[in-house]
Amino acid sequence: MAKGIKDKVAILGMGCSKFGERWNASPEDLMVEAYSEAMADAGIGPEQLDAAWFSTHMEDVGTGRGGTPMSIALRLPNIGVTRVENFCAGGSEAIRAAVYAVAAGACDIALALGVEKLKDTGYGGLPTATVGTYIPQWYPNAVAPANFAQLATAYRRKHGVDAALLKRAIAHVSVKSHANGAKNPKAHLQKTITEEQVLKAPIIAEPLGLFDCCGVSDGAAAVIVTRPDIARALGKKDLITFKALQVSTSNGWEMHSNQWDGSYVHTARIAAKRAYEEAGIRSPREEVSMLEVHDCFSITELVTMEDLFLSAEGSAVKDVMDGFYDADGKVPCQIDGGLKCFGHPIGASGIRMLYEMYLQLQGRAGPRQLTNPKIGLTHNLGGQPSQNVCSVSIVGLEGA
Amino acid sequence: MIGIVGYGGYVPRLRLSRKAVVDANAWFAPQFAGKSSGTRAMTNWDEDSITMAVAAARDCLGPDENRSRIAAVFLASSTLPFAERQNAVIVREALTLGRHVDVLDITGSQRAALSALSEAIIRAQAGAGDTLVLAADNRKTQAASAAELDCGDGAAALLIGHDNVLAEYLGAATVSVDFVDHFRLAGEEIDYGWEERWIRDEGIGKLVPEAIAAALKNSKIDAAQVDHFIFPTSFQKMEAQLAKKCGIKEAAVVDGLARQIGDTGVPHALLLLARLLESSAQPGQTILLAQFGSGAQAFVFRVTEAISAFRPNTGVSDYLARGVEESSYTKFLSFKGQLRLERGMRGEQDKKTALTTLYRHREAILGLVGGRCEKTGEVHFPPSRYSYTPGHPALDTQKPYKLAERRGEVLSWSAESLSFNMSPPHYYGQIDFEGGGRILMEFTDISRGEVESGTKMEMVFRIKDVDEVRGFNRYFWKATPVRPQSSVGDKKKGSE
Repeated sequence: MAKGIKDKVAILGMGCSKFGERWNASPEDLMVEAYSEAMADAGIGPEQLDAAWFSTHMEDVGTGRGGTPMSIALRLPNIGVTRVENFCAGGSEAIRAAVYAVAAGACDIALALGVEKLKDTGYGGLPTATVGTYIPQWYPNAVAPANFAQLATAYRRKHGVDAALLKRAIAHVSVKSHANGAKNPKAHLQKTITEEQVLKAPIIAEPLGLFDCCGVSDGAAAVIVTRPDIARALGKKDLITFKALQVSTSNGWEMHSNQWDGSYVHTARIAAKRAYEEAGIRSPREEVSMLEVHDCFSITELVTMEDLFLSAEGSAVKDVMDGFYDADGKVPCQIDGGLKCFGHPIGASGIRMLYEMYLQLQGRAGPRQLTNPKIGLTHNLGGQPSQNVCSVSIVGLEGA
Repeated sequence: MIGIVGYGGYVPRLRLSRKAVVDANAWFAPQFAGKSSGTRAMTNWDEDSITMAVAAARDCLGPDENRSRIAAVFLASSTLPFAERQNAVIVREALTLGRHVDVLDITGSQRAALSALSEAIIRAQAGAGDTLVLAADNRKTQAASAAELDCGDGAAALLIGHDNVLAEYLGAATVSVDFVDHFRLAGEEIDYGWEERWIRDEGIGKLVPEAIAAALKNSKIDAAQVDHFIFPTSFQKMEAQLAKKCGIKEAAVVDGLARQIGDTGVPHALLLLARLLESSAQPGQTILLAQFGSGAQAFVFRVTEAISAFRPNTGVSDYLARGVEESSYTKFLSFKGQLRLERGMRGEQDKKTALTTLYRHREAILGLVGGRCEKTGEVHFPPSRYSYTPGHPALDTQKPYKLAERRGEVLSWSAESLSFNMSPPHYYGQIDFEGGGRILMEFTDISRGEVESGTKMEMVFRIKDVDEVRGFNRYFWKATPVRPQSSVGDKKKGSE
């Protein structure tokens, strides 16, 4: 394996818009919110940016295609702006591109920004997407909740978990995220909920109910990255650096062979292993301080705890119920509310996850600040369990 | 000897309660109060005459992959989905029959199935290979009409050939007359009918006996020798009156299944014949079947000793037993396209089909043909140039591999009420096939609580999507639970 990017690139600044139903904000407004905060945080001017990567998923209801929507909205100084799209993992891809450009020495300072404007569709939930001309002729007219709900049916069978127990465990996942989101002024959903509310909510896709599904939100997030020496030269101290950036993409094995059992996400395990290796982490359950994972649905978060080798296979139900991932648990997860409550503007989510890690590592997370976190992990999943793109990133204090 | 060498049938699972229809329309049509007993077969939203014909054909042909004995497929129906785009060729693709098979749509009258049978007999007499005669109907009737209560939906299949004849062809006769008991102009959806007494007395009462007399004469059979008399009709006791008029013994009259499924139209004579052959037909017995429409047509067969050697894959009796009573009249109207329910914005998604793509992949889409790697034996759907074998993707090693007749089991599933579906909740999940292969696919004909990880499933050919903007049906395969044979008494009531 290549040496990787551990400690080669630092975060110079970050910004994140308020997420939510931003009825009166255009995608351009959301971009400006995230970008202006990030630029002020970095303390640089636009002329210091060498290149930018732009993540947005649903161009048809959002910004339109290509790199120009971002370049125009931010009036960037004619630098290269490249649009990246990799389902819900697009934000992490934009980060990866910017970080790699800096690590390669091609750029000194690079910007990654993600935005999604989902609330211009006229209905709740995600818009229906086009998927070429062949797939619609055989593939189900599937929606995300039912794709992810299948994790639950397969997980129950594999581990012999009672349906009611699993339903309670995933309810705990959502209750925890709502408790966290209530402390985040930028979160889409800021109300606490009870287990009873989750269990009684209407079913969206069996066995997932309304509170098992994340918010569909408008929002944008941005990160500016540079080399550690440049960051220091710009006056930055206590740098936050990248330890690992890994992406694993399905090749059809899960969906088409008979070998995958449907109860976990294959690519997440591959990306996690590679990321731990790149970051030099041997015992993730002990070394990772905190997590932001892709909790598009409560069941996704539960199986992800096993896919990231934090909970042993088959034991995530117990860990979740024991509060291991709660704000006061051993490894707090979704401390900002996660996709569940902070919200899920698709192209921005990977960068939003990094934003919380950045704030926590700097001690700037306000009422939800954890005690002395050193290593943060983000897990950003695009697609669906049987066919997806999975990003696992690790960041931390320089030298940690 | 030439004659019937195989048979099959299909009746959709849903059985609309006539009482539900009569009660719903009582304010408007109180005259139907006396017609509220029993049920009629109704198609699921994703069924039509093509899909039902495929189901009946599979019932006749069984799971054997070798279907090379079939030289022709005739599809008879008064409700063919396509006016242009041959309907029978879609059936050929679904059955993965050879590309040199002759296919033909036969339509225009209620005796179209017997017209098809007649042509099949002529092919057999000429020494051609077996002909698969398929008949199916999915009629649309006016709400609050007698026809709505009398009709049913269904399909039947007969295989006509030389070898292992189950029922020998003895003779037939046709009377072609422009007796317009009902009509429907091209492009129209619902029949317009004339006075029933005239149809009964001047039409059926005169034209059918003429055809029967001629068929019996051609067969050198006396009317009194007929052991089974099949004549589908919506008129009560019409078949018994005809039998009497023709000199056929009363006991020979075959029940028309009006109480259970209704008159299925074009396929009905063949459907009753399939049920007779699988249940009570004995070697040596004589069968007379006749149908009325633009004249009349009659056939005479004699059951052979080989009758016990053949079993349909499921059989009409089992399809009858599998019925699930449907008490929702609005569901029936919605499925028949007569009541447009709110679909929400998700129902606005464009279903335009790229015909180039469909042609390139027609064997996978219509035939459910995957690719099996010659090196590893691993099955791929859709087939691909590179295999998925982890770490060792082989190039161009896959050979066509048929999945439609293989069973599978549910690996994972869900049922959601978010997307637009004609019959919510929308069920789909991953199916692992016996012998390899996996497809994430839609489920159909399913009741709540009927599916779990591990449930055994089988494949059915169905409408996948309807493009209402351009008028096009997409067809593909769906999974449905394997139901036990002869599950009589397992009937459920209510609305799924």
